[in-house]
Amino acid sequence: MIELRNIRKTYELGGETVHAVDNLTLTIDEHEFVAIIGASGSGKSTLMNIIGCLDGADEGDYILRGQDIASFSEREMATIRNREIGFIFQQFNLLQKLTALENVELPLIYQGHGLGHRKKRAIEALTRVGLAPRMSHRPNQLSGGQQQRVAIARALVTDPAIILADEPTGNLDSGSSREIMALLKELHAAGNTIVLITHDDHIAAQADRRVRLVDGKIVSDSKFPEEVTAS
Amino acid sequence: MKITQAIKMAFSAILSNKMRSFLTMLGIIIGVLSVTLLVGIVQGATDSVTTQIEDIGGSKLIVNIISPRPSFISLEDLESLENKDGIAKIAPTVSGVDMATSEGSSIDVDISGVTADSSTVDGVKVGSGRFVEDIDNEDRLAVAVIGTKIAKELYGQTDVIGNTFTMLGRSFTIIGVLEADETGNINSTDTNVYIPITLAQRLLKQSTITSFNVTATSVENVAQARKTLEAYLDRNVKPISYESDDDKGYFVFNMGDILTAFNNVMGTMSALLGGIAGISLVVGGIGIMNIMLVSVTERTREIGIRKAIGAKHSDILIQFLIEAVAISVLGGIIGLALGGVTLYALRDIMDLDLKLSFPVSALAIGFSLAIGVIFGIYPANKAAKLRPIDALRYE
Repeated sequence: MIELRNIRKTYELGGETVHAVDNLTLTIDEHEFVAIIGASGSGKSTLMNIIGCLDGADEGDYILRGQDIASFSEREMATIRNREIGFIFQQFNLLQKLTALENVELPLIYQGHGLGHRKKRAIEALTRVGLAPRMSHRPNQLSGGQQQRVAIARALVTDPAIILADEPTGNLDSGSSREIMALLKELHAAGNTIVLITHDDHIAAQADRRVRLVDGKIVSDSKFPEEVTAS
Repeated sequence: MKITQAIKMAFSAILSNKMRSFLTMLGIIIGVLSVTLLVGIVQGATDSVTTQIEDIGGSKLIVNIISPRPSFISLEDLESLENKDGIAKIAPTVSGVDMATSEGSSIDVDISGVTADSSTVDGVKVGSGRFVEDIDNEDRLAVAVIGTKIAKELYGQTDVIGNTFTMLGRSFTIIGVLEADETGNINSTDTNVYIPITLAQRLLKQSTITSFNVTATSVENVAQARKTLEAYLDRNVKPISYESDDDKGYFVFNMGDILTAFNNVMGTMSALLGGIAGISLVVGGIGIMNIMLVSVTERTREIGIRKAIGAKHSDILIQFLIEAVAISVLGGIIGLALGGVTLYALRDIMDLDLKLSFPVSALAIGFSLAIGVIFGIYPANKAAKLRPIDALRYE
């Protein structure tokens, strides 16, 4: 499903060359629930940008569903982001002027779908995250947990290959965090592939597989076949 | 993304910031308003003068003899030039002013000594009675055709044929009354008195003819008629000087020439005023560009989110470009509507034939569309070029 081979990404920072991602190789299969763990500066955000097609790697191959992303143009990357990837951000990143329903419809607008089809699928997605009753609310009328659920609905609505969650609970209280994690596990159980990026071991422990990054390199990659309970 | 969706997005962005959108639009509104108003007024004035000149006739020539030395132009000569070589009719005129009085009432009048042809050449319309005939000239009869204003002033009514009044020390019998002049021209015929030219020459003490109006057989034959006239005038008018063609001692004007010259002047004026107003449109465009640049910066995060969930370069470009174009075209439409309303209001106030012409409207809308595209493309491209990771990081 996702195959990263010898990926390298460097930045110039104050005259110094920083290897954000250093010769990294990683394979993620379909239906996996993977957590990528690392402290700040470990390169996990850079890796997420590359997996999410928000940024290209300097070196290496990235194969997503059999497509060689490294050779893709800006325009093709946009299409991949639109169809294959569902983003969930720490800051939710909803458009404040749109209602929950309109926010969820947005990816479908860029696919060129008509209003009827968009509405139907957006309501389905909102129903899955339990927010259908609040679909005409704007983000500022929703709690943090509710906003994140709208964002999850937006990520789900295109039926993407991967759901990419970047610190999805970072801005939430513990109650909302539990709800969101439960929702992600539910989605995983329903067959979605989820990549979770976090610095928090407790959050990561809820994934089936944990990949730990230090200085742009993988230092451990472990699978937990059995259900691990959260603390 | 579908274009209807892009338009919807643009309008919701415009509506979400009404005050700013309106102020941005104001530049275009004022620009289009001034273009339509200025061009409309110049065109209205041109049209009204053109109609007046055309009323008098494009096939008409006016001859003025300015040589101070005596010329030898007689009524008989002019009569002999008629009906050949492009000339249809010649109406010599001797004119003067005096006061007409009758039973204590009086009015200042413009006196024209005319021949029978003058009514057709000058386009005079007789309402009741008859015009000056050849027999009146042969016998130097003291008869007069008068304008309606004179009739009303002297007798309080226009049914005055057969009445007499005093003018130039003679008693005149009214044989006809002109139609009321409703053209609104400055040279209204309402205060004109037409009398036989032979009598006028004697009473006004003008033995020579210093001006006459000529009609060519058709507009196409004006040049030939002019040639014939000039040949005759060269023989009979003594030049002021033999050195220059400008000093031949006479002028022949054609209404068509005057019209062409006038239209040229008005065309230049229209372009000049339109151009000045056009500058304000460009200034309006710069205002749009300024606000769009601010808007792109403010909405960097929105652009990042849109790009992250799959908006292409072209989607963002179109969204912002349509926003700029919508502002300027909306401004153009409002400006045009205001311009139209003002023109029609001025038409009633100033009594000018002002109208909002289709070419001007189309040009105004087309121009504001172009302004929107020209000044919107740079900010839109700036938005579209933002890299999603940079835009998402923007606070």
